[in-house]
Amino acid sequence: MTTLQELAMAVSSGNRKAAKALTIQALDEGVSPGDLVDLSLVPAMAAVGERFKNNEIFVPEMLIAARAMKESMTVLEPRLLAAGITPKYTAVIGTVEGDLHDIGKNLVSVMWKGANVQVIDLGTNVSSAKFVEAIREHKPQVVGLSALLTTTMPALGETVRVIRASDAPPVKIMIGGAPINQHYADEIGADGYAPDAGTAVDKILTLLGAI
Amino acid sequence: MKYNQLTINNPDDLLFGIAPKPLLTRSGMSIGGGLVYPELNFTLPPLEVKASTMRVVAQHYRDIIADALKRAAELQAPGVVIEFETVPPMTATPSFGLEIVQILLDGMEEAHRQHGLKSVLRMTPNDNREFARPPVMRSGEHWERMLELFNLSAAAGAELLSIESVGGKELHDEALMQCDLGQVIFSLCTLGVRDMEFLWKTLDGIAKKHGVICAGDTACGFGNTAMVLAEQKMIPRVFAAVVRAISVVRTLVAYEYGAIGPGKDCGYENPFLKAITGYPMSMEGKTSACAHLSPLGNIASAYADLWSNESVQNVRLLGGPAPTVYMEQLIYDCRLMNRALAEGRESALTLRRWLVDSDATLDPQAWVLTPENVIAISRAIVAEPNHYLAGIAAARTAIAGLRSGLATGNLQIPPREISFLDRMSEQLDDLPDNEGDFIEQQKAIVDPSKYLPSEYGI
Repeated sequence: MTTLQELAMAVSSGNRKAAKALTIQALDEGVSPGDLVDLSLVPAMAAVGERFKNNEIFVPEMLIAARAMKESMTVLEPRLLAAGITPKYTAVIGTVEGDLHDIGKNLVSVMWKGANVQVIDLGTNVSSAKFVEAIREHKPQVVGLSALLTTTMPALGETVRVIRASDAPPVKIMIGGAPINQHYADEIGADGYAPDAGTAVDKILTLLGAI
Repeated sequence: MKYNQLTINNPDDLLFGIAPKPLLTRSGMSIGGGLVYPELNFTLPPLEVKASTMRVVAQHYRDIIADALKRAAELQAPGVVIEFETVPPMTATPSFGLEIVQILLDGMEEAHRQHGLKSVLRMTPNDNREFARPPVMRSGEHWERMLELFNLSAAAGAELLSIESVGGKELHDEALMQCDLGQVIFSLCTLGVRDMEFLWKTLDGIAKKHGVICAGDTACGFGNTAMVLAEQKMIPRVFAAVVRAISVVRTLVAYEYGAIGPGKDCGYENPFLKAITGYPMSMEGKTSACAHLSPLGNIASAYADLWSNESVQNVRLLGGPAPTVYMEQLIYDCRLMNRALAEGRESALTLRRWLVDSDATLDPQAWVLTPENVIAISRAIVAEPNHYLAGIAAARTAIAGLRSGLATGNLQIPPREISFLDRMSEQLDDLPDNEGDFIEQQKAIVDPSKYLPSEYGI
């Protein structure tokens, strides 16, 4: 088994200590930081995401894997930065104005990070103006909007409308939340809808043209 | 802790429609006095609530109350509870909430005048304190507006005051995601309990001022979040079952500071609270599938003094407006329970057995709600000297009940969940005996940016 394979196993099993040690070992063996991310960490988290989607593991087990990946990234990030390598994709995410629910949004963030998407999380009760401001600042390829309440669903539509009407750089918009469906996404002009965190990874990668 | 013994000691005395300390309302409904009444709750279809939409909003509530009460009268309901649970803008702008309170009270008065229908209004403002991040719990605009709406509603005639309070929730969601029982207990039994003490002292003062009733709270944002996450297969059902048991300790504080029931419908911890306090409780189950799914559809009604639908949007169904449809469903469920009660204790216990047994073996969350487990967990709680230790005792007793159910083959636990029983026990073993040490331990673990310890007096 190669070091990269061992690292992938350490990440998927949530072994933080081993993940860090194997990252250092792989770098010492001459593996580039970029390859380390692309050939080991991302596939490991993709496998974890798949297991979660197939109801083989629970969220805490997925989070343990995500923390192991983070441990590896703490070693890699300075080197990636030094080499001028930045994440290929950036996403801004938040729960819309008037809504405080964030469990689903947080899970989507974790899953997107696992897919090597840089995620800017604006939190909850986020105004449309704040989304626009974040798009201007971070220039993401995708914005994720979340709402749980039927009474805050209209804020999804309003946020999509304000983003589209703004002079911020063009961006794909994904929405999600318990009362949402594809029909509603189409109705308000969103580019994508995901019913759960697992599907949200496939959806963002599709929107990004990565799969 | 105020309660150091159970009011209901015998599992067979824990029954729908009967509470040792029933509540008599102004209209003459005796809640927990031998009848189960329907409790209807409703909300708006997708619609933003703001000054410019209030005319439409008001018309929704006018239509809802008129039609639902008309149906209740046609079906000869012995009385109904109407719950008005606001949406956040109605608490943030109390005049919005008050306008709806008055519409509902007018509708209830009209139904009484026309049909002789007895009713009572439960007023549940939103706990908007969490709109500030980290939440500001004891002062500020959200706190003031919430109290203002309580005061205005009570003065207008809302007789039952309730809330789904959120103290500690800012850490609890993360605790659920991590399946971390220590953090669950910190959220519920340290932060939650302290917030409940502060909040319910205040609500008790409001109730006394207006001559109304502090009904009760619910750990909906805690226990039901866990339940929904378990339904979505995000966390193990056994974990959600243990969270439910721990949540009893937090909600109990409302009754230690003046609440006398009926406990709020979405508190599936209410059977435990009925056993401890003897006050009547509202429950929801299969008839709340309109709001959220659950594995507790039948068993929840085994203890109901009020039977609720949690919340339904005012949309048109084939049978009529959804609130009216749900009023009818609730009334038929209540009729069945009341018929059993009318036939005597043996019939009522037979129906309760069916309600319990039809759910209990299929899900750990239902299993902890069997009468025997409810009494065992409640007894473990009141045996402890403080809320922190009561939380641990509740968790340990729930885990023991789950293990026993599994060992005897009476409870189905998915294989991938069984290891979580050991993991939870190990987490509890790691907790200190003393709450002071526990608080220091947790302060070092939890994300300090998410909460303000001073808002909880720690």
